[in-house]
Amino acid sequence: MAIDILMPALSPTMTEGKLAKWLKSPGDQVKAGDILAEIETDKATMEVEAVDEGVLDRILVDAGTDNVAVNSVIAVLRGEDEAAGAEPAKKTDGAAAPAPQAQAEAQEAKAPETKAPEPKPAEPKAVAPKAAPIPMEADYTGPTVTQTVREALRDAMAEEMRRDENVFLMGEEVAEYQGAYKVSQGLLEEFGSRRVIDTPITEHGFTGIGVGAAFSGLRPIVEFMTFNFAMQAIDQIINSASKTLYMSGGQLGCPIVFRGPNGAAARVAAQHSQCYASWYAHCPGLKVVAPWSAADAKGLLKSAIRDPNPVVFLENEIMYGQSFEVPSDPNWIVPIGKARVVRPGKDVTITAFSRMVSVALTAAEDLAKEGIEAEVIDLRTIRPLDVETIVASVQKTNRLVTLEEGWPFAGIGSELSAVMMESAFDWLDAPVARVAGIDVPMPYAANLEKMALPQPQTVVEAAKRVCYR
Amino acid sequence: MAKATQAKAGATRAARGKDSSATSEELIAYYRDMLLIRRFEEKAGQLYGMGLIGGFCHLYIGQEAVVVGMQAVAEEGDSIITSYRDHGHMLACGMDPKGVMAELTGRRGGYSKGKGGSMHMFSREKGFFGGHGIVGAQVPLGTGLAFGHHYRGDGKVCMTYLGDGAVNQGQVYEAFNIASLWKLPVVYIIENNKYAMGTSQQRSSAGTELCKRGVAYDIPGVQVDGMDVLKVREAGEMAIAHARAGNGPYILEMMTYRYRGHSMSDPAKYRSKEEVAKMRQEHDPIDHLRDRLLTGNHTDEAALKSIDKEIKEVVSTATEFAQSSQEPDPAELYTDVLIEA
Repeated sequence: MAIDILMPALSPTMTEGKLAKWLKSPGDQVKAGDILAEIETDKATMEVEAVDEGVLDRILVDAGTDNVAVNSVIAVLRGEDEAAGAEPAKKTDGAAAPAPQAQAEAQEAKAPETKAPEPKPAEPKAVAPKAAPIPMEADYTGPTVTQTVREALRDAMAEEMRRDENVFLMGEEVAEYQGAYKVSQGLLEEFGSRRVIDTPITEHGFTGIGVGAAFSGLRPIVEFMTFNFAMQAIDQIINSASKTLYMSGGQLGCPIVFRGPNGAAARVAAQHSQCYASWYAHCPGLKVVAPWSAADAKGLLKSAIRDPNPVVFLENEIMYGQSFEVPSDPNWIVPIGKARVVRPGKDVTITAFSRMVSVALTAAEDLAKEGIEAEVIDLRTIRPLDVETIVASVQKTNRLVTLEEGWPFAGIGSELSAVMMESAFDWLDAPVARVAGIDVPMPYAANLEKMALPQPQTVVEAAKRVCYR
Repeated sequence: MAKATQAKAGATRAARGKDSSATSEELIAYYRDMLLIRRFEEKAGQLYGMGLIGGFCHLYIGQEAVVVGMQAVAEEGDSIITSYRDHGHMLACGMDPKGVMAELTGRRGGYSKGKGGSMHMFSREKGFFGGHGIVGAQVPLGTGLAFGHHYRGDGKVCMTYLGDGAVNQGQVYEAFNIASLWKLPVVYIIENNKYAMGTSQQRSSAGTELCKRGVAYDIPGVQVDGMDVLKVREAGEMAIAHARAGNGPYILEMMTYRYRGHSMSDPAKYRSKEEVAKMRQEHDPIDHLRDRLLTGNHTDEAALKSIDKEIKEVVSTATEFAQSSQEPDPAELYTDVLIEA
């Protein structure tokens, strides 16, 4: 009986990858555990082992093919006694496994229990849509380049490190491993180990060291493998980085960037899926940035590195592989503290940040089909919050839906609701509606996880509610 | 004033070369610096009692030899960081007693414009980086200051002070590990005054030889008589030279004692009056040095009296300033949260 070999998912967020190389040819004997092929994800090159025995009958996806979707058939295996080119495959080898010796993937470095390849549902997960045709910053007319968020972040760091000798990057796996999520790819080669520094797994320690280095006048970029691990270090972020300028009567500033993926990735459960936007935004003395597009990721990270204050820079793992148009002028930056209208509309305002902007845009498309024109605002900076842009939008639409991935209690939506009471009360035609993550620790099961996170449909329903539709 | 003393001491030391015995001039300078801390702290205690200083106020009385001995071997450009028992460190760094006292009284003339208080003062000019209120947090911070010296290759060292309570914080070991791994120029000075607030070292630490806390990280450490300024200086010279030469961190466990409670509100019932009295009578660092100055014919009673008088005047000027300086302008409430980008 022929067995289909499927493109495996090699990381929690992988939806496609490049089939880099076949190590077996048609006609070759295959035993379980043999390495069949090498697959490049956006993070690493991984080996794929055979699970079943047989003879490699046909290769359906040539070596060198990009963007091969997870779960598509890449080859067919037949029994030794079967003729070549037999009937269409009946059994599916959906469990092609990454070889154990393959490079460990980011979460796995921290949480070995996630190592087992997860059987992917046949339908690709709903993730951020491909580069939407979003206009650039109004004032930018120069050349652009198509880049992923990951590449844009890397370029921002590289450009600022070229510009200022005092800028350096430290964190777990940022140098030799090229970044747990490959954000720092190539930086070690260009800047050397003096400025691109691997730390031990010791968040509290290296965060304090980064803050001390900033006190001494350097400009550290501290990468957290994810912001979940920064909770180990939050005392240094709040008590040391954010308060010292005030406690010193303005003498001792702390020019530092804390960056890394924030919020839910995919199927990594409660301890690895949390949004820290409202935690950090609560504290005076910090700036908090959470970009969505690659252009903003680059322009805002450059601003953050140049900023004389501590900046918490919240990225999102699922966004890393998304492509956008990015200004190629190295002098182009995005100012901290400015929101952006990414979709104009007249009927209801939807605010979002980070990956939730994708959800808001999808919801806006759906609403348009029902005759509701939503204005989508990407907050970009959480603190200082661009109240002016939000209020101006609500003065036009008279309705606000806030969208965030984090928990509702004392969340960003709560703050925006209060801002509306204080600054736009007379303009509201309906109570503000909050759409947030469900108030539970993140579950692992695919269906429960999906339920726990805001979906476009949830936003559509909230928007219709405030439009009394 | 203290700065001038420090510079002088440095100059003499250079002339002295390898001779470890101190010159008369150096001994007198250490006496003066220790006495300034003692009188300053006594005055701070008094002002606290009068309600002029509020909140927490941790006095350094009894421990003066530690910071004065270390500063005797510090170079211009070295950095210093400590936790909240910090007034002595500021004075020993050469910070102005007026600015320190005015910060204690919460006035605009204070080092932090009245916004930091006893535990939070800084002087970039003097290389003093605080003044930190979270036990142990200053250890990674000081290691980061040392990282700054290392990154710039400026040949300077960070002296990071911690107490016998802080040694049980996890982040201290995270910092030790990195400092040793990266060979950072940092000297960790554990001021072991035997009590972490009200808990004796025996009740809080498994293994009481704190100088050995770096063994697992390959950090050398020695125990030092922290009540003898010359022994402190000798150990400091060796440890700083080790760090400055690029050999990585060093731990000095200073055996010392605080005469007062942990903070002003501490009745210190966890130790006997006899224990305190015995330390004061037999090991006081200032009395000890005073005896040495006289018996060694380095100076005479009259000269010491004139130093006492001079110090009294410095402290009284600081006190006057701290009382006459105005409270911060209400507008200051909102400033210094962020630097305008």
